[in-house]
Parts: sequence; structure tokens; C-alpha cells
Amino acid sequence: MKPSPMQQPFRTAVLILVWGWLLFLVLAPNLLVVGASVMSRDPARFLSLPLNLDAYRQLLDPLYLEVFLHSLYMAVMTTLACLLVGYPFAWALSRVGKQRQVLLVFLLIVPFWTNSLVRTYALKLILATNGLLNNALLALGWIDEPMKLLYTEGAVIIGLVYLLLPFMILPLYSVFDDLREELLMASHDLGAGRWATFAHVIVPLTLPGVLAGVMLVLLPAMGLFFVPDILGGSRNLLVGNVIKNQFLDARNWPFGAAASILLTLAMAFLLFAHKLSKRRLGEEGGA
Amino acid sequence: MTRWLSRAYLASVYLLLYLPIVVLVVFSFNDSRTGYAWGGLSLRWYQSLFNNHAMVQAMWNSLWLALSAATVSTLIGALTALALHRYRFRGKKVLNGMLFVVMMSPEIVLAISLLALFLLVGIQLGYVSLLLAHVTFCLPFVVITVMARLSGFDERLPEAARDLGASDFTMTRTVLIPVIMPALMAGWLLGFTLSLDDVVVSTFVSGPSYEILPLRIYSMVRVGLKPEVNAVGTLLLVFSLVMLMLSQWILTRSKR
Amino acid sequence: MNKTLLSLHHLSKEFDGKTVLDSLDLEIYDGEFITLLGPSGCGKTTLLRLMAGFEQPDAGTITLSGVDLTHTPPERRPLNTVFQHYALFPHMSVFDNVAYGLKMEKRPKDEIRQRVREALAMVQLEDYANRRPHQLSGGQQQRVAIARAVVKRPKVLLLDEPLSALDYKLRRTMQVELKRLQRELGITFVFVTHDQEEALSMSDRVVVLKDGRIQQLGTPREVYERPANLFTARFVGETNFFPGTVTAVGENELRVDVLGLARTLRKPTFAVAEGQRLHVLLRPEDIRVLDPADADGLPGKIVERNYKGSTLDSVIHLADGTEVLASEFFDEDDPAFDYRLGEPVKVSWVDGWEWLLPEEVDPTPAEDRTVEA
Repeated sequence: MKPSPMQQPFRTAVLILVWGWLLFLVLAPNLLVVGASVMSRDPARFLSLPLNLDAYRQLLDPLYLEVFLHSLYMAVMTTLACLLVGYPFAWALSRVGKQRQVLLVFLLIVPFWTNSLVRTYALKLILATNGLLNNALLALGWIDEPMKLLYTEGAVIIGLVYLLLPFMILPLYSVFDDLREELLMASHDLGAGRWATFAHVIVPLTLPGVLAGVMLVLLPAMGLFFVPDILGGSRNLLVGNVIKNQFLDARNWPFGAAASILLTLAMAFLLFAHKLSKRRLGEEGGA
Repeated sequence: MTRWLSRAYLASVYLLLYLPIVVLVVFSFNDSRTGYAWGGLSLRWYQSLFNNHAMVQAMWNSLWLALSAATVSTLIGALTALALHRYRFRGKKVLNGMLFVVMMSPEIVLAISLLALFLLVGIQLGYVSLLLAHVTFCLPFVVITVMARLSGFDERLPEAARDLGASDFTMTRTVLIPVIMPALMAGWLLGFTLSLDDVVVSTFVSGPSYEILPLRIYSMVRVGLKPEVNAVGTLLLVFSLVMLMLSQWILTRSKR
Repeated sequence: MNKTLLSLHHLSKEFDGKTVLDSLDLEIYDGEFITLLGPSGCGKTTLLRLMAGFEQPDAGTITLSGVDLTHTPPERRPLNTVFQHYALFPHMSVFDNVAYGLKMEKRPKDEIRQRVREALAMVQLEDYANRRPHQLSGGQQQRVAIARAVVKRPKVLLLDEPLSALDYKLRRTMQVELKRLQRELGITFVFVTHDQEEALSMSDRVVVLKDGRIQQLGTPREVYERPANLFTARFVGETNFFPGTVTAVGENELRVDVLGLARTLRKPTFAVAEGQRLHVLLRPEDIRVLDPADADGLPGKIVERNYKGSTLDSVIHLADGTEVLASEFFDEDDPAFDYRLGEPVKVSWVDGWEWLLPEEVDPTPAEDRTVEA
């Protein structure tokens, strides 16, 4: 016996509210962006007909292509740096005593709860020409004159790494935490040395964590527009800065929308790769 | 040896993660105007902060927005989690997928899509648009927190309540809500903090009629170094930290 | 015949100041099935890990056919392990799991394919080569783990409680299977378990361990029928203990007073003197439950009867409060067999079926018996 909707007013009300919210504030806006990307620019009313692919063509404009490639380059460098620092970090963290691990993981979550804008600004105090780092190095006599650290590509990458490192470490930590010591022992038992075990067992088994971490770092590293605003100056822009400028200043919505779809596609690709790597490990039930 | 090395490595990464925060907090008590050199202990930046009328107004606006966004997203998030947990309905996977996409997609993508919607529908950019946007990006986090709590709980309890004569609504009120209470509180605190700290989405969907704190800070830090930012940043950090500790305390206490 | 293959000499191991193995000596023969049996924490798993090379002993040596292996890393020892939870690589197919060890030896591809196929055939999993571990049942995963270890043709196969995760029926099947494999391969098996029934039914020899020391080393029959001490007697199977006092010592027998009952018993191997107190041990199946009118036996009454199919198990309370466990083969034609609860009976045994142990300072009270099923 299946009760009719009228017999379950509560259930019906809940479902209508939830679906309504998500359809209106998630699905509709995203469809709007897709729609906007194929319309024409109109400074007065934001958008107008006819439909065309001009916005996507504009993405390939050498001027913007250069910005995008530079943004991609900085995002990739950020992701690599996070991976390089985070991988051994997560490994070491997962091998610490259980009690201490709880505290250390808590310390990793703190940045997630604190204002990233404020923390980016705090970096500025350290990196500025007459900031703490230069002053310390001068005092130590390691350098003779202050280095220009702020408003460089390096500063943007440092800022992004600083903000996003915990997002790389947490998924890595989770896969290392699940990595059973017994599997490593089995590998040695069957004749594999340290390197062979690392290559054939540890790397494949932590790959989903690496991909999750890459996804959580690479995408924001292209979108966090306030980091170059604060640390990078005008020459080190992210895709996020382009989107923001197009929407808020240049009023070129189709182009901004197309750039944002680019980011969404990148996300879809990474999600797919992540799912694939997990399925290989049989965590999706294998069916 | 390896053990010692790995400890040292962990410690140094933590040091680098926390150094800027420490610097910020210390400098918020710095009397010097230039902001780089130490000029003695002082509370003058906190003082100037609270004498700044626009700043105080932005703080109140932010607090009110975070409060309402957290409350609304907790309500809707809890209902969503309950529906996902208990009911079988068509499109359940789609619903789950949408929440997942909201959580994973870059904030800026969400921001422009909402901006487009608000302008098209004619919602004025201000408190209402901010609230709708903030609730939307907080929602998946609340749902996940509540779902985690629900998944660890005895399926037979609701059945027992129904068996004893409670209606669906009464059962939800008397059995489910008390069970998920800790998750609701934790979800609320997380939503509150996320809303209070958001810059990216707010940049797009706020209007001149309703200035909020993160955006005010943003406009200040773009130009140069402002000692007041150290002070307001410290306040925000401390506030978030208290929220986080409260939430962890609620969750660990409820596990016992 | 009994050629020593693996020799453990004076092995000691401490963890955080706690002695896990205490100067242990053990010779393992070529081709035998030897079981390390003991309660959790007795050191049996540590011993196995020392043999595999996952732990280093604090003192002592391990030699294989005279070659010192003590400090050889696990990957260079000709021993392989079947892990408790199988430890199959989840990202590899069954074939790749089994081939892993051979790839590490850098064998030619054809040989690997051939040997993996043989190993899978041996455990009856030829058709599962392309599956992933998570698509297999527990028993099948177990077989893959065994195939993966034996495909390397190790000198010794180490098995760390390999059956503990399986349900009772599957365990029985795998016990027979393992026994068959060991016979066919002729490899030495070192098997770790806390299940005494498993140990008795599978092994050529059983090593009973407690607190890092060997309590007894012998054939299953020796360990069961002639336990070396109270611990072994309690840990291996159910046992009734009766207190006895020696009243006279003869050439080949003893006169012993057991709770007021005078019996003539076989003289034990340890020295006895008149007036000495000792334990008279009787397995439940050696206890006879007699009519209360019978002249011989200790009076008591039935407090519990459990029909077990082929046997009928009874608990009898003696007058002094001692509990006696009796397990009799079921015979429905025997009228004397039909005791009811609360009915008075007498308990006795055939002289010579008992086993005597001297009194010892007993560190484990009877309630603490850890017989994990």
C-alpha cells in the first residue's frame, strides 16, 4: 500500500521546498549562464539576440588566450606545489599516533573556517618590500637590498598555495589513513622493495586522493580573483579576474559566461577522472 | 631517524600555515602607523575601528546576514537531508548531484549564475540577493553534516515510533529532530562562518544598499596596507575560531 | 626424515618494555604443517612476523637451511605470507595480484602467465582471473591470497589466522582445502591460530604459546591427551580438574584419593611422593555418568543437559560444588542414559584414562580461560 501525496502532506511540502530552491537557485541560473554565453553583448540590457558563438571565439583571442594560459600555468604550479608539499605531509600525518592526529587534523580544518581574504592580506605583511621577510633577511645579512616579492607571479602562487594547501592535504590524508599497513607488508613479502612498493601499491592506491586534491586546488586556483588583486598586481590575472571584470566592469556577459563555462568544463573533466580512479579501486561497488 | 624527520616536516608546514595568522594578530596591537615596524603595544586600531561608523554598520550587516543565512540554510538543509534519507522519490540522484555540483564548482561560477538570475528576475541587489546566494552555497554543507549523523543511526527508531502511533510529522518532530540536533547546530555554525567569510559570491550579488564586512575589507586591502585591517581581521579570526571549536565540541560530545 | 628447515634460536622481542617473545627456540621441519596456537597476546603473530621479516628480533637468530636470515628484509626472504585479512591489492585484478610477486622477480611474461594460471587452477579460480578482489566472496579472496603466496614457490608458507574472517562452514571447507594444498605442494606451512580445534585437526605438530614462551610442542594427540601443564590442558579443549592426594606409590601405579574416592592410577613421568597433591585431569568424553546406586563414583546431580546430535553433554554439580562436564556418545537404546535435570547421579571414569599433573602455582584463574571460538 503506497500512501497518496495527500496522506503525507509533510513529505510533499518538504519535497516541493527543496526542489523549488534547487531548481530556482541552482539549475535555472546555470542554464542562464549557458544561454548568456551564446547571446550577444549589449551594454544596456546585458544581453541581446542574435545567438552566436562570438563569446567562445573571443576566448581564443590572443590577448585573452595569453591571460588564460598564464592563469592555467599559475594554477598548475600551485597544484604541483601543493601536491609536492601535501603528499609527504599527509603520509607523515597518517602515521602519527591516533590521539595526536585528531588535534593535527583540527589544525588543518581551521583555515577552512577562517577568512581567506584576511589570511591573504596577512601574507602581504610578510612579503611586502619593507615587510617581515625582507627585514629578517636584511637583518641576517643574507641580502643587501630588499627583494621585490609582492606583485609578482611568485607572490600569487605563494598566496594560492597558502590558501589551498589544506584542501590538497585533507583528501590525501583520508586515502593515506585508509591505506592498510598490511598491503605494504604484502608487497614487501612478495619481493617488492621500497620503490617498487611505492610505484605499484602506494601511488595507485592514493591516486583518488591526489585527484580529489587536484580538483579542490586547481579550480579555485583559477577562480580566486582576490589573490592577484592583493598580491599580484595587474599583470598576474586569473580566469576569475577576467570573469569578474567582464561581468562587473566591461559588461560583456556572453564572454564572462563563456569563460565560466570553461571552468565548469574543467571541473566536469576532473570529476570524471576522479570517479574513474575510484571505480578502478572498486569503491563504487564495481557494478 | 625517519620518524624524527617526518615530525620536523609536519611541524615546519604547520609553522608556515600559521605564521601569517600570528603576524596579523600581533600587528593588530602594533602602535606604529606604517604597519611594518614594531611601535609598541596599542589598541588604537581597534579603537579607530569602532569609531568608524560605516565599518560598524558593515559589521552589523554581516552579522545579521550570517545569522539569517545560517538559520535558513539549516532549516532547508535539514529538511533536504531528511527527505534524502527517508523518502524514495524520483530524481533523488539528480538532487544529490545538484548539491554535489554546488559544493564542488568554483565559487565564481555560482556567483555569476546567481547574478544573472537576480538581474533577469528583477531582484534588487542587496540583503535579499545576498541571503538567497549565501543560503545556496551553505546548503550542501548543512546537508552533508546532517546526512552523516543520520547515516549512523538506527533505522528502526522511526519505524518503532510509527508503530506506536505517531504520524509522519509527529515522528519527525519527536524522534528525528532530537537525533540530528547536534548536526543541526554544527551545520548552523558552519553556515554562519561560511557566510561571514565569503568574498567571492558577495562581490557579485551585493549592492550599495547593503555593505557587508568582507567586501569593506576587500576594498581596503586592494589599495595598500591598512592597520585597521589587522584589527578587524583578528576579530574575524577569533570569531571563526570560537565557532569552529563550539562546533567540534558539540559533535564530539554527541558521539559519546 | 625430520630435516630442520627453519631454525629459530633464542628469539626475544620487546614492545614498549613488554616482553612479547622470551628467548624462544623452535625447529621447523621440512614439509611439515606446524601450528602456533595460543590466546591473543601470546606472541604467535609476532613470531610469524619475525619469520616473515616485518619485525627484527631484539636478540636471537633465524636461519633457513643454515643460512642466516635474521636481518634480511622481507622482500629477499624465500618465505611468503597469507595475511589475516588477505591484503589483496584492491586496484589489481586477481591475475595481477597473483602475478605481482613473479613480476618483482622479473620473470618472463610467458612464464608468469603460465605459473599464475597454474596457481589459480590449484585453488579452483581459473575463471576469475579478470575479476577484482571486491567482486569475490570471502572464501574466494582467501584462495587468491593463498595462490598469490604459493605461486612464488616459497620454502615456507606463513599463514596468519587466515581463516578467522570466514564463517564456520566455509572455515571447515578451507581447512580441508589447505591441508590438501600442503600435501600437494610439499611446502612447509606455519599456521597461526587461536582456535584449538583448527590447530588439532590440521597440524602435524602444534606449538602452544603463552606469554612469549613455548608451553608445549608436540603432535595434536600429545597436546590433547598429555598436556604438559595446566595452561595447555585448559587452553586445548575442555577439561575437568579433580584435586587428588597421593596415598601410596607403587612400582607402576599410584593410590590417589580424589575427593574421598580411592583410585589406582598410572604412575606419571614426574616424580611423586606420598602425601603429594596433584591434579587429576579428565576430558569430558572420558567421564562416565552412573546411576546413584552405583558403588563407584562421586555423587552429584545433573544441572544441565545439552543434546548435541552425536553426543549428549551434561553439567554435573558435585556435592562440594565442583562442576563436572561430561560428554557421552548418544545411545537411545540405553535406558540408564536418560537422566533428568536435578536427578542425582554418580560421576566416574575408567582408571588409566586420566592424566596427572603436579600442582603448580597457577597464574591464570579458571575464569580467565580465553578460549575464543
